[in-house]
Amino acid sequence: MENTAKQYQEETISAVCTALGEGAIGIIRISGENALAAGEAIFKAASGRKLADYPVNTLVYGHVYDADGSMVDEVMAVYMRGPHSYTAEDVVEIQCHGGVRSLQKILSLSYAAGARPAEPGEFTKRAFLNGRIDLVQAEAVMDIIKSRSDAALKVAVRQQEGQLSSEVRGLRKELLDVIVNLEAVIDYPEDDIEEMTFASVLDSVNKTAEGVNKLLANAHTGKILREGLRVAIIGKPNVGKSSFLNCLLKEDRAIVSEYAGTTRDVIEEQFLLGGIPIVLADTAGIRETEDYVERIGVEKSRRILNEAELAIVVLDGSALLSEEDFEILELVKGRSYVIIINKSDLGSANIKNSLNGEFKNAPVIELSAKTGAGLDVFTGWLQKFVYGSDKHLGDGIYVQNARHENLLKNSLASMQDALSAAEAQMPYDCIMIDLRNAAGFLGEITGDTVRDEIINEIFSKFCIGK
Amino acid sequence: MYITDNYDVIVVGAGHAGVEAALAAARLGGKTLLATLSMDNIALMPCNPSVGGPAKGHLVREIDALGGEMGIAADKACIQMRLLNTGKGYAVQALRAQEDKPFYHTIMKQTVENQDRLDVKQLMIDKLLVSNGEVVGVEAETGEVFEAKCVILATGTYLRARIVYGQVNYESGPNGLRSANKLSQSLLENGLELMRFKTGTPARIDARSLDYSKMEIQSGDSKLRNFSFISSITERSQVPCWLTYTNEKTHKIIRDNLHLSGMFNGMIEGVGPRYCPSIESKIVRFANKERHQLFIEPEGLRTNEMYVQGMSSSLPADVQLKFMQTIPGLENCRMMRAGYAIDYDCLDPLQLKASLEHKGISGLFSAGQSNGTSGYEEAAAQGLIAGINAMRKINGQEPFILGRSDAYIGVLIDDLVTKGTNEPYRMMTSRAEYRLLLRQDNADLRLTEKGRSIGLVNDERYEKFTAKRTLLERIIHQLSTSNVAPNAETEQKIKNIGTAPVRPGMTLLDILRRGDVTYKKLAAEFALPELPEVVAEQAEIFAKYEGYINKQKQEVERALKLENKLIPQDIDYHAIKELSSEAAEKLAKIKPVSIGQASRISGVSPADINVLMIVLEVKRRREQDNE
Repeated sequence: MENTAKQYQEETISAVCTALGEGAIGIIRISGENALAAGEAIFKAASGRKLADYPVNTLVYGHVYDADGSMVDEVMAVYMRGPHSYTAEDVVEIQCHGGVRSLQKILSLSYAAGARPAEPGEFTKRAFLNGRIDLVQAEAVMDIIKSRSDAALKVAVRQQEGQLSSEVRGLRKELLDVIVNLEAVIDYPEDDIEEMTFASVLDSVNKTAEGVNKLLANAHTGKILREGLRVAIIGKPNVGKSSFLNCLLKEDRAIVSEYAGTTRDVIEEQFLLGGIPIVLADTAGIRETEDYVERIGVEKSRRILNEAELAIVVLDGSALLSEEDFEILELVKGRSYVIIINKSDLGSANIKNSLNGEFKNAPVIELSAKTGAGLDVFTGWLQKFVYGSDKHLGDGIYVQNARHENLLKNSLASMQDALSAAEAQMPYDCIMIDLRNAAGFLGEITGDTVRDEIINEIFSKFCIGK
Repeated sequence: MYITDNYDVIVVGAGHAGVEAALAAARLGGKTLLATLSMDNIALMPCNPSVGGPAKGHLVREIDALGGEMGIAADKACIQMRLLNTGKGYAVQALRAQEDKPFYHTIMKQTVENQDRLDVKQLMIDKLLVSNGEVVGVEAETGEVFEAKCVILATGTYLRARIVYGQVNYESGPNGLRSANKLSQSLLENGLELMRFKTGTPARIDARSLDYSKMEIQSGDSKLRNFSFISSITERSQVPCWLTYTNEKTHKIIRDNLHLSGMFNGMIEGVGPRYCPSIESKIVRFANKERHQLFIEPEGLRTNEMYVQGMSSSLPADVQLKFMQTIPGLENCRMMRAGYAIDYDCLDPLQLKASLEHKGISGLFSAGQSNGTSGYEEAAAQGLIAGINAMRKINGQEPFILGRSDAYIGVLIDDLVTKGTNEPYRMMTSRAEYRLLLRQDNADLRLTEKGRSIGLVNDERYEKFTAKRTLLERIIHQLSTSNVAPNAETEQKIKNIGTAPVRPGMTLLDILRRGDVTYKKLAAEFALPELPEVVAEQAEIFAKYEGYINKQKQEVERALKLENKLIPQDIDYHAIKELSSEAAEKLAKIKPVSIGQASRISGVSPADINVLMIVLEVKRRREQDNE
């Protein structure tokens, strides 16, 4: 498959159409033939009715759920039927509460539901091509396309993206080697070319798929670096959660923002720790003020945990573990967590030994939020957690761009199709369709097209011809 | 100078492109002249004695389905037929025939001579006559002028052709034929852009001088097959080819004499094809390869000449003989013709429309090696299309253009007129993005209706085709509507076939999808009709490939949206400042007819395409406002 053409096919596209990080409400727009289907796939109206059952242009209250059925955000959704929409196509817009995380999450759900990331200026381009926008604005639209594509080019030569490109190129090269060998054998059946066996095709494609998988795993790291790691600090009252938080904040003064959300009484602290952006989500109560003392930690903990990628369980090292501590520990089972034993300055009740079962081998760090002793150990542990064990800060390759992530996923899916076709001993001509697609998707990241390259490679690698 | 005659269509050159072009034009009712340098060399095969192979065999089938001649002649002159790539999937299977070269020529000569409305003349054409941007005829060296509404150039490798053997070179076409020296000049004077390409051919050796015990025999398939969907040939005696290899001694002689090779001493100016390298380039470029394989192929039944495939060379004749005699089986070989390199002028195909008409000169068409391609099959395919479109132009009809998803012919021509080529272009299956749809087995299903509506498919072919199609439709319907009840009787039948048990709700078609089930086995157990083999095979392919075929069909559908967005030809690309300068330049030169075609031009980015789409919309709205 040739991918140059793909970008301007009238597929369903989606993107966040409000400026990220600004304003309390963010809007995700899905536009194209399958907009309604994609919208229905991720949005559930509180009424239980389908979006399509409402009159068009009605704002419907409901929630977005992910594939596992867990709730992502409380939102309003609206369906606009083409041509009565911005792009003059079918459009579903989802308004959510503007947190970068839920916007990104809903966006990636929309990709999973069949939309693809919109290109720069693409909504406006479609609006224009569909007759929605005035002729006078045509030039402005072209300027947007041109300047954004220039900007994208500039981004591409930046260090981080440059590294990604060369990594993707490497993986693509591995695929091309397989493709070129099979194509050469197909087009020159009587030349003495050493033909790859099915086993070696499987081996090689598996290896490439692994590489893409690794990049995708790093996409998670990239996402953390881009959006911040969602952390929840939990623990029963008075174990020192707030002093631990204050201790973290003291460590790095680069507080990106601090604001109280208006809708769900959420406080988000954003700061850097050991170079890692942290987004600490919490209910107001986490900062125990003198006039507000929490009575029950468990209920509250449960609620914050759902949003977190890492749970920090704070225990009081100067006292024995209580029933409530164990209840809280139960909550983090099966999640990513770390246990902080605070108040190490007050002498130890040796509670580490009272951790049993799963928690015997849990990551435990003793520190004093008051003196800051042990904080460096925590920071080191956190870096390891984000970058993986043997990676040092800054030398990894992280996929930071949703479009790239999407293309990597598509490529991986095609490779998996190719693998199952090869396992079923399907003939080359079928397997090749999936392999070429897989290489095509990778090429969209690096800006390379497949067809001519394959032919050039055939001639440079093999001595063929009459 | 005097006017001898006037024609609808004049075809210059009677090679594989020329004969198809002339036959198509005459069969579509045009008064046609076929001008050849020699009546004794019509449809000459100056290089390998074979037709077909991957992608090329596909082209032959497509030519045949459209009503062309190559498949019929190749079946008649065939002395060995093989189906290649049998284990690699239906899409890439291809027929390849060894041909009796003199017989092939004789068959084609008879065919063109006997064709109504077609005059075949031995003429050297010196001049193209153009008036006010329209072609009006040609002038021969005799001073005779032939007027025409359309002229098709099918000049092969003859334009300013020069032959090189080592240090020796002289003006000549292949096989001692004259080269056409004045026509190139006339084309340049009319503003055509020419390129210089190179190709070559190996030596021919005497069959009696070979030791066959030292070579490996390569026989034809025992099962008889034909290219043409209407061939009635059911018996064929076949002759073998022979496989042998070069060795270190061979390579040493070549290396020691490299300085004498036309390829390396700077004597050859043309760009040669990478897929057809001379033996000296193979040894230089792939220095680590210990041996190169050679096929020794008969040139016909009534000649002792054997073609040495893999041994193209522009080394001096004595060196060629010396290194050939180091090869097992060839130790005492006698050389009958030395291999040579040839360079020649051809048109830059970017000057052509997809109809193969020149963009600047109305009524001038070009086909075959003169468009920078290589190969008999590629030439014939273009000849057929040029002949069809010349007549359609004369008749005031829209040009006949095959898309990339219709046929290899479509891929070939689109590649030529959109991307151009910097070496003689050879068709390969890997050039076709919808390969699974463009199979050699379904060329008739893809193209016969089109050939019928053009007017080249006669009743005999059409009736044979529709009968086959009806059978196929019927059996697919029957298979897909026959549910298999999971009872004891069925279980026994499934066991007899030797496949896994069936699940409830399965149809016979679902069972046929399985790798281990053939139509024959299925038919025996489930009382299905006995079918001609080709129909049963189509049903099997339909069942087994359906998922992949649908994948490709969806891609085609998406791509067609772009192919259907047409670009007016009067657009001024240089005035669009948002286009990159490279894109503007390429677009202005190639003048793509659609957004789809524009997107395939190298150097035109997705952003350029988006800009172009907006420009088109602006233009459309302005025109609408003016109305």
